Amino acid sequence: MQRYTWKTGILEAVMILTAVVFFIPLYVLIVTALKEPNDPGGSLALPAKVTLQNFADAWNQGHLGNALGNSAIVTICSVVILIVFSSLAAYPLARITKRWSKLAFIGFMIGLLLPFQLALIPLYQTMRDLHLLGTVWALVLFYAGLQMPFSIFLYTGFLRALPIEYEEAAAIDGAGLLTTFWRVLFPLLRPITGTVAILNVITIWNDFLTPLLYLSGSGQQTVPVAIYAFVGQYVSQWNLVFAGLIISIFPILLVYFLLQKTVIQGFASGLKG
Amino acid sequence: MALDRPARRRKGGIDLNGRRGLWLFLIPAAAIYIFIVLYPSIQGAALSFTDWNGLDPVKNFIGWDNYVKLFHDPKALASVWHTLVIAITIMIVQNLVGLLIALGVNSKIKSRNVLRVIFFAPAVITPVATGYLWQNLLGQKGAVNEFLSFFGVPPTTWLGDQSTAIWAICVVIIWQFAGYSMVIFLANLQGIPREIIEASMVDGAGPIRRFWSIVRPELAPSITINLMLSIIGGLKIFDQVWVMTGGGPGGSTETMSTFLYKNAFQFGDFAYGIAIAVVLAILVGIISGGQFVILGRQNRGSK
Repeated sequence: MQRYTWKTGILEAVMILTAVVFFIPLYVLIVTALKEPNDPGGSLALPAKVTLQNFADAWNQGHLGNALGNSAIVTICSVVILIVFSSLAAYPLARITKRWSKLAFIGFMIGLLLPFQLALIPLYQTMRDLHLLGTVWALVLFYAGLQMPFSIFLYTGFLRALPIEYEEAAAIDGAGLLTTFWRVLFPLLRPITGTVAILNVITIWNDFLTPLLYLSGSGQQTVPVAIYAFVGQYVSQWNLVFAGLIISIFPILLVYFLLQKTVIQGFASGLKG
Repeated sequence: MALDRPARRRKGGIDLNGRRGLWLFLIPAAAIYIFIVLYPSIQGAALSFTDWNGLDPVKNFIGWDNYVKLFHDPKALASVWHTLVIAITIMIVQNLVGLLIALGVNSKIKSRNVLRVIFFAPAVITPVATGYLWQNLLGQKGAVNEFLSFFGVPPTTWLGDQSTAIWAICVVIIWQFAGYSMVIFLANLQGIPREIIEASMVDGAGPIRRFWSIVRPELAPSITINLMLSIIGGLKIFDQVWVMTGGGPGGSTETMSTFLYKNAFQFGDFAYGIAIAVVLAILVGIISGGQFVILGRQNRGSK
């Protein structure tokens, strides 16, 4: 298979056909959003007349601008907290070989097994008592805790494989621990920081159940909840609904297509530890 | 995995074990983790032994009653069954599709980079959005029926029929996450020497058997990770089910997650909802723990 043979040609044709089938749902999403409500064709047909009105209507009626803003705030704040705190925690977890350090690591990893619904319900009461319910800060705090084990897992694995010489050099120069970490170690962690950021951004941006509970009745919404409310209101007006769906998935798809190599590598390498 | 790779230490180098105060770096992460995950989870487990409705300050200790109720509640048992059906179907089919695509893309074909991006794209899209998209596609006049009509298949309301709804949901999840499995298989495949893959695929005689005996052992790490991720994802599935069917028709797609949500937040039976969450947690723990041990042993055996 060093050269491009006829067998490779057949494989190529089969794979492209498969990709076309995979893409059909997204094709329908796009063409439906571009159609007028009374478009005569079937769902697979191209629009008889292309319109952008659905996008304008969805934007105005779905309060999508507000939801996109909230989602951006929640996602950015929680990911920044996650990166800073989990990389800091990974430092002792990776470098200290004593028993308590191993136990602490296991303690964090237990969090990977717990389904988040278990904590979600009692935490609802705590958030209410702290008057955080209905604000985006409840979500920021929640995601920071929920995603902490996975982020620590990634950072610790990466740090353990990183040679210790750089830190030694810094220590000989008399640098303090925090300076060493911030000036020397953190820049070296860049590849895994990218992975941690990407995986968390996608998980947090797309989460539905948490904001559904913690923001309900507050007038504040994140994108998935806004879509949920929007579709509930305009059910079966599919042209409008699909335009709303496109607006809501646009930011995440844009990030994906711009950074596709990094995103795909992040998913692959991150999960391999 | 990187877990068991120890840091390289030079002899005579500094030992960070002796650096005082390094443990302080753990505090912010530990504080948030304990406050958000650990403590509420324990609290949740404890509340499952009460009759709390989520509103009244009054709660009475009722022992195992919620769990006894769960094991005698046909709806709860059905939700456990549906959850297992979805999780196992996804585990098998999603990974099979993902593996086939990964093998196809990991070749000399010219479109491989573009195809990789297309196949993975659904995995980054908000599940609520893909749920609604497919609700339309699977409808009476939707694209799926339109497509099947070319082959003379009569239209079906896939999500409205008790016998097809759960499978329709599986198709949606597989469509969305097959690319996810592909990416992980691909990363593994790219680490295998080319000759091994070519030897297993090109020659005429029994490519499947050759694949099984030559490439599969090399793929053990990605198989472990993919099986674990897909079954855990399947067990916890909520978003797609909630927006496409809400557990219907006739409870035929009720999963543990939708059932516990309904009990805790719609029927005002908080404690019962939490008891279901505890059972789900145990189920996830047992399956992922067991899988980790079995596949871990396999990995060592194959190397």
